[in-house]
Amino acid sequence: MKRPSLGSILLGLIPFAAICFPVALWDRVYPMILGLPFNFFWLVSWLVLTPLCMWGAYRLEVPRSPDPRGDGKGGTL
Amino acid sequence: MSASFVALTVICAIIGAGSFIGFYAGRRYKMDLEQWTVGNRGFGMLLVWLLMAGETYTTFTFLGASGRAYSWGGPVLYILAYQPLIFVVSFYVMPQMWEAGKRYRLQTQADFFRMRYGSKHLEAFVALVGIVFLIPYIQLQLTGLGLIVEVASFGAIHRTPAMMISFSIVAGFVLTSGLRGAAWVSVLKDFLLLFAAVCIGIVVPYHYFGGTGAMFSALAHAKPEHLVMPGATKNFGHLWFVSTVLMTSLAFFMWPQYIGACYSAKDGNTLRRNAVIMPLYSITMPLVLIVGFTALLVLPNLPDGDLALLSIVRKTFPAWFLGIVGGAGALTAMVPASVQILTAATLFIKNFCRPILAPSMTDAQVARMAKATVLGLTAVAMSFAILSSASLVALLIIGYTGVAQFFPGVVLGLYSRRVTTAGVFAGLATGVGIVAFLGLTRNDPLMGFNAGFIGLCFNFAVTTTVSLLRPVELQSLDGHLPQGIRE
Repeated sequence: MKRPSLGSILLGLIPFAAICFPVALWDRVYPMILGLPFNFFWLVSWLVLTPLCMWGAYRLEVPRSPDPRGDGKGGTL
Repeated sequence: MSASFVALTVICAIIGAGSFIGFYAGRRYKMDLEQWTVGNRGFGMLLVWLLMAGETYTTFTFLGASGRAYSWGGPVLYILAYQPLIFVVSFYVMPQMWEAGKRYRLQTQADFFRMRYGSKHLEAFVALVGIVFLIPYIQLQLTGLGLIVEVASFGAIHRTPAMMISFSIVAGFVLTSGLRGAAWVSVLKDFLLLFAAVCIGIVVPYHYFGGTGAMFSALAHAKPEHLVMPGATKNFGHLWFVSTVLMTSLAFFMWPQYIGACYSAKDGNTLRRNAVIMPLYSITMPLVLIVGFTALLVLPNLPDGDLALLSIVRKTFPAWFLGIVGGAGALTAMVPASVQILTAATLFIKNFCRPILAPSMTDAQVARMAKATVLGLTAVAMSFAILSSASLVALLIIGYTGVAQFFPGVVLGLYSRRVTTAGVFAGLATGVGIVAFLGLTRNDPLMGFNAGFIGLCFNFAVTTTVSLLRPVELQSLDGHLPQGIRE
């Protein structure tokens, strides 16, 4: 059981950092973006950005882990 | 044709279709313990995705989220915040859990603890804690379902018969089809819920305000404090937000029923891919929250925030659409409940009764006994749901903070060689004790921090301290370690 690589862990920390640490900065109503209060917009955008980060982590992780189907590629979604 | 008749017909048709799928799914399979609990570890990407979406979006997310947007305001954003993060955590934990599960033929979370720590007492303790926290969750699905059918049928069906009929169906397809049944009912449930959430989330603010932006402007004008933390609550500020989001994202996949979903995957990369795309299904959540915020402006004096979504749908849409929302809502209760019942029954027989009372029980006997337990558990949850609903949300919050306490045992168990049985036992007991005390004495949050977060900090500290103070020679522990950890 291999540990995840440092690179993939750092990619996974990005959404955590973006959502948790600057909360005092993004928890505000204005400016409204796309009709959403700023705090709402910030969190909705991380619903979309998190899969991007994790896709990167997946690309880093998968070549390292054994692929039972043995096609050895595994890098595609 | 009266409105209640139309809505009721649609709800019954949806529940009927769902149950047909549930019964049919297991027809061709022999339901031994492995097939029943983890679908023979054969689910591909799509089915795992649908099952996870089916299990994780419960009536609590559907009614509870909009209800909290209505009654709490800003702090409800924690639900939006933890959605993507739980899958980030699962990316680093679930594939490893799956690997250990495959190698040692594990079927439950308590199985993992027995395999890793080699203690049947720890196994039984983990099973017991899991069951204790699952029962209020099952009860919550029941109550939610009763509420949905009652409102959607315009009061024509009282909640008690609604709960009894649908949960007899649930127990039925759990018995015949196991996890596979739940996975296939999820297919119908996920698409209906997505359809319902998108329609409601777009149409409701458009109907009353001409659009989402106009609705938020009106709300920001009428109640400027409602949209930021702590909103309408007293003490749910930023500290609470961060500690709750961290605790929930670590706790989420520690719910014992999701471990079963994890073991049902056919390989570890299926779970990784699943973790990457799963947050996209969460796009239903902002829509549900928008409905809750709109309801606050349109129907400001509801007695109970949990009624916000259904009440505004009933006010806005024709009866047949209310039927679709009601049917989707009913399945949203039935799918998670079926897996929760299955998990609690398996934990009780396989990981609590067998090691403590009857070590000689065979797997076939475990399967038979667990199926009998399904009926008992359904009856217990049913009587709780009928007799009381007062402290339901409180119980569920204790449940979340409680299952979070499994996290150190699971993650250190996967990644550390030094963690010991005594350490995990002491840490888990400390953590569960702290959250139960803080929850029951209504001290959550304590000094702004979420109680589960406090419990988790102490849990980690105790686990590592005890493990380091009384190290066990690796050799004697080696037999219990998954091969990969030894490398």
